[in-house]
Amino acid sequence: MKSYKERLFQAITYTASLFTLVVLLGIIYSLFNEGLPFFKVVPIREFLFSGAWYPTHEIPVFGAKTLIAGSLFVTIGALLIGVPLGLGSAIYISEIAGTRLKETAKPVIELLAGIPSVVYGLFGMAFLAPMVRQWFHLDTGLNVFSASIILGVMIIPIIASMSEDALSNVPKSVREASLALGATKIESIFRAVIPAAKSGIIGSVLLGFGRAVGETMVVLMVAGGSAQIPKSIFASTRPMTSTIAAEMGETVIGDLHYQSLFALAILLFALTFVTNLITELVFLKRSSR
Amino acid sequence: MNKRKLQNFFGTGILGLALLITFGFLLIFLIRMFWMGYGVLSWEFISSAPRKGMTEGGIFPAIVGTFWLTTLAIVIALPLGVFTAIYLTSYGKPMWIVKIVKIAINTLAGTPSIIYGLFGMAVFVSLFGFDISILSGSLTLAILALPMIINATEEALRSVPRDFHDASLALGATKRQTIMRVMLPTALPNILTGTIISIGRIAGETAPIMFTAATFYSRLLPKSWNDEVMALPYHIYALMTEGTHSESQVPIAYGTALVLLLMVLSISAVAIYTRYAIRRKRKW
Amino acid sequence: MVNTRIQTQDLNLWFGNQQVLHNVNIPIYDRMVTAIIGPSGCGKSTLLRCFNRMNDLIPETRIEGKISLGDMDLYSPKTDVTQVRAKVGMVFQKPNPFPKSIYNNVAFGMVVQGKYSKCEIHIRVEESLRAAWLWEEVKDRLHSPAMALSGGQQQRLCIARALANNPEVLLLDEPTSALDPQSTAKIEELCLELKKSVSILIVTHNIAQAGRISDYTAFMYLGQLVEFDITEKVFTVPADKRTEAYLTGVFG
Repeated sequence: MKSYKERLFQAITYTASLFTLVVLLGIIYSLFNEGLPFFKVVPIREFLFSGAWYPTHEIPVFGAKTLIAGSLFVTIGALLIGVPLGLGSAIYISEIAGTRLKETAKPVIELLAGIPSVVYGLFGMAFLAPMVRQWFHLDTGLNVFSASIILGVMIIPIIASMSEDALSNVPKSVREASLALGATKIESIFRAVIPAAKSGIIGSVLLGFGRAVGETMVVLMVAGGSAQIPKSIFASTRPMTSTIAAEMGETVIGDLHYQSLFALAILLFALTFVTNLITELVFLKRSSR
Repeated sequence: MNKRKLQNFFGTGILGLALLITFGFLLIFLIRMFWMGYGVLSWEFISSAPRKGMTEGGIFPAIVGTFWLTTLAIVIALPLGVFTAIYLTSYGKPMWIVKIVKIAINTLAGTPSIIYGLFGMAVFVSLFGFDISILSGSLTLAILALPMIINATEEALRSVPRDFHDASLALGATKRQTIMRVMLPTALPNILTGTIISIGRIAGETAPIMFTAATFYSRLLPKSWNDEVMALPYHIYALMTEGTHSESQVPIAYGTALVLLLMVLSISAVAIYTRYAIRRKRKW
Repeated sequence: MVNTRIQTQDLNLWFGNQQVLHNVNIPIYDRMVTAIIGPSGCGKSTLLRCFNRMNDLIPETRIEGKISLGDMDLYSPKTDVTQVRAKVGMVFQKPNPFPKSIYNNVAFGMVVQGKYSKCEIHIRVEESLRAAWLWEEVKDRLHSPAMALSGGQQQRLCIARALANNPEVLLLDEPTSALDPQSTAKIEELCLELKKSVSILIVTHNIAQAGRISDYTAFMYLGQLVEFDITEKVFTVPADKRTEAYLTGVFG
């Protein structure tokens, strides 16, 4: 027989768990509730594939292609910088560094993961962009290039600390076996250790991708903000997140422009949701092994 | 040297270079922030309100605003998160609900913060009618902190040895007593460090409070949770994008950023250090 | 004259589809030490854990038959499992004090029962620590962490903690397998002292230990109770060939 206290306590924990579920459903519902009416006016095909975003013109045009392209450009740029540096650092810390370096580098990287993105944004806007402008003789340093660098640096700690975990979880016997067969250190790292940590490493990259695609403040401050498909890495661009953040203040609640921003948010949410799900599957594979 | 030795040498070198570049970048970043911010920092800067259209004065209202937003958010999120983690680790029935809740938590953890901002605006600001206020902002930040707190607590509870749990039950304790008197106290240091790290994270968030709590300028301190507030992260953004006197606003932005950075980094440093110390000291 | 404290009737137990205990009928006598011996995996620990219903914690456990403690039916749906565990104390293989003070470890059971006053708890903590021969060693540092004690002291603390509930039966699950020989000897001696007031059931891997301290010995093999009798008899003239083989070291 359970007393009422036991039942009450269990009920409280149960309710709290359901609350998280309610929150997620609430987020999805509110996005769709505000965003779906938009697609009654602008067909989804036109929204996704037409290339002009003039929400405030007399006859407004809502083509999200430029914004999607903007998001993809800066994200790919960020991954090009963040993945090699993050993975390289993780491998060095886990496999090559001595105990002292390891014990300082790990907490430092964890610490850096907590730097607020708006501070990175400030750094990019006030320090990096003027320098980029000078180096390459541009009209403005606020462009895909600068935004990618800052975003890339931002995701390094995420990628580095997660892949480092994956690498250090590889049992010592794997390394010893490989070295005992006459492999060099580098050979055993790349042929034995990294393959064993593969799923964790892929997971860390996907997590970095999700973070870069969803990051708002850095791109809002550093990417420049013109709604065009960037023609070069030095062109200004406007990703989905910064469009939402920059334009929400100009809308009237419930008007078409407001709804269009929620439609963008649906797209963004779907993108991160799928990335998450894939990451999850990668991890499930690991835990069942 | 033969080919393999050469390969080994350069391979190691390239990996080391990656670490060096990473730390180089971050060092430049930190030096720049401290260098530019240090000149602005003073007691007056921290303790007074902005003046003359944000071109002079301090950031006191923004510090107060960030304090309230963060505190309230944690007060809301901590019990919810801890109870959820207890359910997931100790009750966990029926299994399909646990699975769904876990998927929900992971999805929330990966959702961009701007989407939290939109949700807060649509639900707390408009639907519930809380307007742009501390309340709306803290609720939004609380939801953002929830997955972090749940994950930290779950991990902390799972690291409590099974022995303690069994010993408690064998002494005639009920499940609730076992959780409250043995599991939670044992896991508490880890739960707290996880919570402190999430405090650092939400204190620096900008996008979620943009449309739910933050205001560009207010000379007065908030009187109740229905007031809109200034907040450090939003203040930096506003100074950089909305003003007209950039030559006097940029230094203030650097000063504000340094204050925020010092706050966030020292909070996280304490938590990370404690966590490593606990791991080293732990006897079970 | 011996009184029966616990009696099982046709006890069968399954983990999932696997039957672990087969028709076990065993009495546990009042104020006696009963040892259960047998090779690894014979079900002796599982049997022990039936007596305080710790097997309930393992999912997909199914149990048939009856265990009675006095006039209490341990597995009746009306029985409060926390009451069972208060009456039947247990000490585990590895010393497992809580990361609390010595005092709070011993007080834990009484505090969760919620029917003792502060003063009673205070008195019983001292009594239990004395009964477990730990009082003299810890009386000056009752509020220091239990984790700082040595392994042998920790195990005696766990015994004191179980005694504080005033149990009728004490279950010991290989209590000395993680201890050094000196601490082991001390715990064995303690058992002989404790049996004056409480029935003791001990699972052990150490045949010699069973011979030294028990009054009755049960030999289990493949989930069955092969033999149960006075220890001397089991050790000198075992009735079953398998018992003899185990005791002489043919398997195990």
